[in-house]
Amino acid sequence: MIKTHYTIVENTPIAPKTFKLVLSGEGVVEGEFVNIGIPGYYLRRPLSVCDKEEGQFTVIYKVVGEGTKVLSEMPAGASLEVLTGLGRGFDPDACQEEALLVGGGLGVPPLFLLAKELKARGKKVTAVLGFNRADEIILASEFRNLCDEVMVSTVDGSVGVKGFVTDALKVLKPTYDYFYTCGPMVMMKAVCAALKKRGEASLEERMGCGAGFCYGCSIQTKKGPRRVCKDGPVFKKEELIW
Amino acid sequence: MVKDLSVDLCGIRLQNPVVPASGTFGFGLELADSMDLNVLGGISLKGTTREARYGNPTPRIAECDGGMINSVGLQNPGIDALVNEKVPALRNSYNGCVIANISGFSLDEYQECCAKADACEGIDIVEVNISCPNVHNGGMAFGTDPASAAEVTKAVKEVCRKPVFIKLSPNVTDIVAIARACEDAGADGLTLVNTFLGMRIDIARRKPVIANEMGGYSGRAIFPVALRMVYQVAHACVIPVMGCGGVASARDVIEMMMAGATAVQVGAENLRNPFACPEIIAELPALMQELGIDTLQEIIGTV
Repeated sequence: MIKTHYTIVENTPIAPKTFKLVLSGEGVVEGEFVNIGIPGYYLRRPLSVCDKEEGQFTVIYKVVGEGTKVLSEMPAGASLEVLTGLGRGFDPDACQEEALLVGGGLGVPPLFLLAKELKARGKKVTAVLGFNRADEIILASEFRNLCDEVMVSTVDGSVGVKGFVTDALKVLKPTYDYFYTCGPMVMMKAVCAALKKRGEASLEERMGCGAGFCYGCSIQTKKGPRRVCKDGPVFKKEELIW
Repeated sequence: MVKDLSVDLCGIRLQNPVVPASGTFGFGLELADSMDLNVLGGISLKGTTREARYGNPTPRIAECDGGMINSVGLQNPGIDALVNEKVPALRNSYNGCVIANISGFSLDEYQECCAKADACEGIDIVEVNISCPNVHNGGMAFGTDPASAAEVTKAVKEVCRKPVFIKLSPNVTDIVAIARACEDAGADGLTLVNTFLGMRIDIARRKPVIANEMGGYSGRAIFPVALRMVYQVAHACVIPVMGCGGVASARDVIEMMMAGATAVQVGAENLRNPFACPEIIAELPALMQELGIDTLQEIIGTV
């Protein structure tokens, strides 16, 4: 873990209350998520890395409270203090040949970086992305440019399969040997139950330190207590107790 | 002139007075990859009980203005894992003052854990937590009544030859009465204060933010109250005090020491800035220069 300053390159809405934040700084950002300090707010905001390259990375966040609202109002050029090198992320090498990515809402962005890593390893990648409504759809074209197959579902049926990602999975019947999922806990629980093969899920929990030493985000797993921020946020399906 | 940051805590020389507070720095090892632990004056380890505990359900954390509420509920691997695994492992990367923090639900449990901490070579000081607000039927119950606080102190002192610090709760009417009771019962020192019992409500869900409803409030906002309590206790007792509560800067450290603290614990600030302690330590010499202080030890209790 290191603490460093990044400069806002872009902080723009891409869907209702949903913002794309591009930060520039030195090197390639490490870790599954970053913990961003927001001026005037006591705790940092842990956000998954959606994309990264040398000197720059992207996170996508939703305004859910006052802290993220202040973040959304910060202009390009402003500086943010960020902790990086946090979390144990997806394991792209767990997949043999065909990966299935199942994302819901704000769980979609971290799967994008994973999709890039899987494609870099030459895997076939199928993505099923679920949203509530058409206007909440994010990153669908980016996934289409990258993945072998992409299916979108919306709860109101305005785009793609009507219903949840599990409904889309029934329609698509994807071939895969390993799955990766990120989204609301109820969605991931349903996905882990519906998909019979091996896979892993990226959990969300309210965090304190974000670096494994306050034990604020612990969960019970089949292997005993685990910290979502440090031992996860990604856990193997077989470890999870829903 | 080279500044002397060292302090004497019950005959133990701390290279500086800055100590991460229990529960805000894990077992030290979690941060060994991120910083040089050896700059720290001491480390107070995560609160430990006889048996391993998972702790409370999540959410365990709620943000507040100027601080946060936690209700971790003493998640820990148990005293045997502490003395057999955590402390020996920490000793591979830390040679400063190691403070074991012990919690219990009965006098027996306090005694058994403190005896094991006493027998563990890597532990220098035993800090006895009688002030955890996050567990039922124990913790804070021992720390809100002078007679119970004295009883725990006496029981622990029977089995522990290492310096025993009793960690006090601020959730009391008269903290000086509790402090005096601990001192009279043989405590070697006092740590104060633990967190303030607090609560937040999610007004959209109409439910408490914390799964356990309430938790311990700490952070910068409690500093003036903690400082007042340190001042009162340090002036009423002879034994040394580790001041704790809202400390977030080198200035806060100096203020706590002037109020009477021999060492100063940094708590919630570590959660927002894991590098708070090394940064504070690095800032102390320049601040001492500014204030005309050559040796930190000499400012203890000067107000």
